[in-house]
Amino acid sequence: METVEILGTQIELDDDGNLKNLSDWNEEIAKELAKEEGIEELTDRHWMVINFMRKVFEEKGDAPSIRKLTKESGVATKELYQLFPKGPAKKSARIAGLPKPKGCI
Amino acid sequence: MAEPIEKVSIVVSHGSLEGVYPGLIMANGARMEGIEATLFFTFFGLDAIIDKRMDKLSVATVGNSAMRMPGGLKMPTILGAIPGMSRFATTMMSKEMEKLDIPPVREFIEMIHDAGGELYACKATVDMFHLEKEDFCEQMDDIITVGDFYEKSAGAQIIFT
Repeated sequence: METVEILGTQIELDDDGNLKNLSDWNEEIAKELAKEEGIEELTDRHWMVINFMRKVFEEKGDAPSIRKLTKESGVATKELYQLFPKGPAKKSARIAGLPKPKGCI
Repeated sequence: MAEPIEKVSIVVSHGSLEGVYPGLIMANGARMEGIEATLFFTFFGLDAIIDKRMDKLSVATVGNSAMRMPGGLKMPTILGAIPGMSRFATTMMSKEMEKLDIPPVREFIEMIHDAGGELYACKATVDMFHLEKEDFCEQMDDIITVGDFYEKSAGAQIIFT
């Protein structure tokens, strides 16, 4: 666990490097986290995924599976991997301020 | 720290439901972690990408000494041969998998393909079973030899299932 400074605020991270406290998250922080993941600009399509992740997490307490993401977020598998190269579920969860998804799928 | 895995080549050699899923779950899981994934279907594993068969894979209840009945009691292996037993086990397993958001085979193959995973059929088996390219689902990238498979697996960890 470590604390980093993002946009002048001290923010605690968990062991996976995701935000420890959901309440630390805001859209500006998301943009900074995205840059760390190599995504320079968050488009409307990125936000669709991020907002969907947050909504499911709020309801269920865990981030959605990649299957749920594919079927219900409005963004299909191919595009998900284009938007979040190197792992859409994991990367979008981090940018959304959520812990790493627990499921295998 | 050890070097992270960047590429996996997964061989699927069995055609039963429980023979096919581990390979698919590992391939999809690899893509989710940003790891390149190649699937190579051989022998009865080909059924997972044969258009007319992929929706009808079933659990092998004969000869499976780890088989248990609902409730957890061990199932005498001889019961596995009773007509309808395999269908029953398949329905049960499919239901449980659906609860975990594990998709049916066809949808899973589409997901892995759309995620950038590559799917190949083994040429020796295709010839042996007298199959044609048209027999396969559209996600199948190519029919390749074992030599091609090793070439495509350069730098990958090879996993046999």
